[in-house]
Amino acid sequence: MASERIADPWGPATPYEAGTAWPVRVDAHSDGEPERWVQSACVLCSNGCALDVGVADGRIVGVRGRGVDRVNHGRLGPKGLYGWQANNSPDRLTRPLVRRGGNLEEAGWGEAMDTVLERARSLLDEKGPSAFGFYTSGQLFLEDYYTLAVLARGGIGTNHLDGNTRLCTATSGQSLKETFGCDGQPGTFADVDHCDTLLHVGINIAETQTVSWARMRDRLEGAGRPRLVVIDPRRTEAARHADVHLPIRNGTNVAVLNALIRELIENGRVDQEWVDSHTVGFEALAKTVKPYTPEHAAEICRIDAGAIRAAAELLGDAERLLSFALQGVYQSNQATAAACQVNNINLLRGMIGRPGCGVLQMNGQPTAQNTRETGCNGDLPAFRNWQNDQHVEQLARLWNVDPLTIPHYGPPTHAMQIFRYAEQGSISFLWISGTNPAVSLPELARIRSVLADERLFVVVSDAFPNETTELADVVFPTAIWGEKTGTFTNADRTVHLSEQAVEPPGEARADREIFLDFADGLGLQDKDGAPLIKWRTPEEVFDAWRECSRGRPCDYSEISYEALRGGSGIQWGGERLYTDGRFPTEPDYCEDFGHELTTGVTFTEVEFKALGAAGRAMLKPAPYVPPTEEPTDEYPLILNTGRTVYHFHTRTKTGRARQLVDAAPDVWVELSEADAVRLGVGEGDVVRVESARGRVDAPVRLTGVRDGVVFIPFHYGYWDRGGRDGHDRAANELTITLWDPVSKQPIYKTAAVRVERV
Amino acid sequence: MKLDEAVATLHAAELALADDFRELSALHAAEHDVHHQAQRFAKQCDAHAERLMPIVERYGSSGGGVDGSAFSGELLDDLRDLYVAAHETLIMWIIAGQGAKAARDEELLQVTQELQSETDLQMKWALTHIKLSAPQALVS
Repeated sequence: MASERIADPWGPATPYEAGTAWPVRVDAHSDGEPERWVQSACVLCSNGCALDVGVADGRIVGVRGRGVDRVNHGRLGPKGLYGWQANNSPDRLTRPLVRRGGNLEEAGWGEAMDTVLERARSLLDEKGPSAFGFYTSGQLFLEDYYTLAVLARGGIGTNHLDGNTRLCTATSGQSLKETFGCDGQPGTFADVDHCDTLLHVGINIAETQTVSWARMRDRLEGAGRPRLVVIDPRRTEAARHADVHLPIRNGTNVAVLNALIRELIENGRVDQEWVDSHTVGFEALAKTVKPYTPEHAAEICRIDAGAIRAAAELLGDAERLLSFALQGVYQSNQATAAACQVNNINLLRGMIGRPGCGVLQMNGQPTAQNTRETGCNGDLPAFRNWQNDQHVEQLARLWNVDPLTIPHYGPPTHAMQIFRYAEQGSISFLWISGTNPAVSLPELARIRSVLADERLFVVVSDAFPNETTELADVVFPTAIWGEKTGTFTNADRTVHLSEQAVEPPGEARADREIFLDFADGLGLQDKDGAPLIKWRTPEEVFDAWRECSRGRPCDYSEISYEALRGGSGIQWGGERLYTDGRFPTEPDYCEDFGHELTTGVTFTEVEFKALGAAGRAMLKPAPYVPPTEEPTDEYPLILNTGRTVYHFHTRTKTGRARQLVDAAPDVWVELSEADAVRLGVGEGDVVRVESARGRVDAPVRLTGVRDGVVFIPFHYGYWDRGGRDGHDRAANELTITLWDPVSKQPIYKTAAVRVERV
Repeated sequence: MKLDEAVATLHAAELALADDFRELSALHAAEHDVHHQAQRFAKQCDAHAERLMPIVERYGSSGGGVDGSAFSGELLDDLRDLYVAAHETLIMWIIAGQGAKAARDEELLQVTQELQSETDLQMKWALTHIKLSAPQALVS
């Protein structure tokens, strides 16, 4: 059993046909006989597979999928089956650490928190709220995030709060705001059961969300097979199943999507009646895509024009089209512009809000949706609009604070800008919770120097020592999944309750509790002098969140812990959004007034109203703009970074599960056959990949990556190198400090590099 | 000012604005978003000037030069100067467009209608970044 899911990450097929239920298949793995099972869901990707945690002798000993759940029908992927072992790792942080004389040393909670409070108080006096930055995660629980959002936005009153979700799902959320007026996944995973055509754009879903791929694979192997179009520079598992694969050059998504849209228009495949009554912007979109003939796009993307026509025909023939996008869009050139064109394809075909007809702008991390919803990722809580004074008033009333306390003079500061302010010295206090920027942000030499700067006081809350905790002034040990109760929401809006199964190790505590201690210690108060944050337990936070979200598009008011216990996870907003063809684009209700897609120019309320959407979706166009960093004679290849199915993020957890470590122990470099021949290297030869910013040394794998493109998985850092020195293992040594002008998501997929044999 | 001078001044304004964007980019290389987008805009201004060149030659006026901005190196100040320079260029587009209509110069009219919105966007981009950077620059 154990090795089975490594060799076959998707497990045995259970083929089924359109309109029937996806068969249940319960997957399980344990290292002993559980005494009891505790309800939870997986936190190792955005799919959110429901599972039960097996406990014996106060330890987690295994997991089994929940057959009753709507998301996974019992299945678990390799990370879900094996990743839980990290909870039991001897590497866990169990006591706070405080830097003394240059070294991190163990300390008591009182001393560690006092050290943080002392610095925080003096900075509040000297510099005020804008000296504070908070950089959080996509892997905590809703209850942790909402506590942090109230602490930072309503208590300290800083605008500098963002999540590492900026790296994984910012474009997903932003493209939904640009097109539909508000974040919120339109579709549902159940649309896989009904669709007749699948469009994958920049999503290697067989590796990133294995269980959702299993569902698609089961449709592809069942009666009434849906057609599959894949746009991806790599020959992925899904590409191998595709009817048409468009292996575009990195960074050219907008060109190929514009060509597909042009074909749909030219071939009369637009549902004009639906478009006229439910959208605005058709004329401008048609004009923008006009020059993108298949031949023109083929030249930009370096693919075959006939393949573009064939893909457009499949999309045009679809009666139930389900579209997916992920990091190949979100972390690439023109991220938001491209993601919006995916939305546009479904809108032009009038295929949204009905069974099998939908868009899934996927998320990366398991709880990223909550980071976005609670106001920890560039918006105000519950999808409130920073430019809408009424929305700010609502929060101020809810929290009983002066509206001016809540910064709303601009969009909440994004992660890359937070690090820039830290670099400049205007942010002097940075609290990093549940994320590892010293491996995951672009251009790591720069990030290390920012974090190591003595002017910056760095607090890190984490469960394991890592490359970021090494640079901290104070480290708090945290309780993680399985060791605390809370909720989280997956990429199709399914909310799951995850109950505490075991005690945290040593003195580790939940992030929520640590933030509450900090708020208490600072004496944060509401305007009547009462403590600002009035809740303590996870369920109390959740109930406060239900109130905060009431009446907003992400309305949790009908969802309770009680309702989440026992059965399946529950989707907020119902199974599908926009079933009535109405969209949240009323100016007083929408989350964002939107942006111009090529420059990121922020629209005002007046400009937004001029679009006249008012309940209709917005077809936003964008011409193709070449990547900022194009290959040169010195750096002739394009770097693509991404994931492997066996690991998550910087392997903080998956690097501590034996099966997953054995499956992918170290970094590698993927080259095309032709590039390998040209460079005189073969499978297994060690090469040096260099960009203007750094280098990585790793062995070669010859895969189906397209010519001119180099792929390196981004998971590997330095904590498990057995003492070897040098910064030559993390893919982000090479990447460029650059972000999408609209979503502010860093661009990891178009750095120029050269490769040499070592 | 007559139409020949207006066209020449617009052309000179685009050249000066291209230089401004290049200088802004160079001065603020550590502000990565400003740095990269300003380079794109500089090339866009170059392209505008190139499109205008045949019309300038047709009118045959040498026109007055337009001074570039004197940047201080402070981001907020420099964006403010850039905004003013872009706005002045936009006004020259509007003036030239009005002149083109009155003179029934279809070539000029088409160029103004096609490119004026790009200058408008350059100006709004500067304003977006002014709004973003002012709070931290002023109160931190």
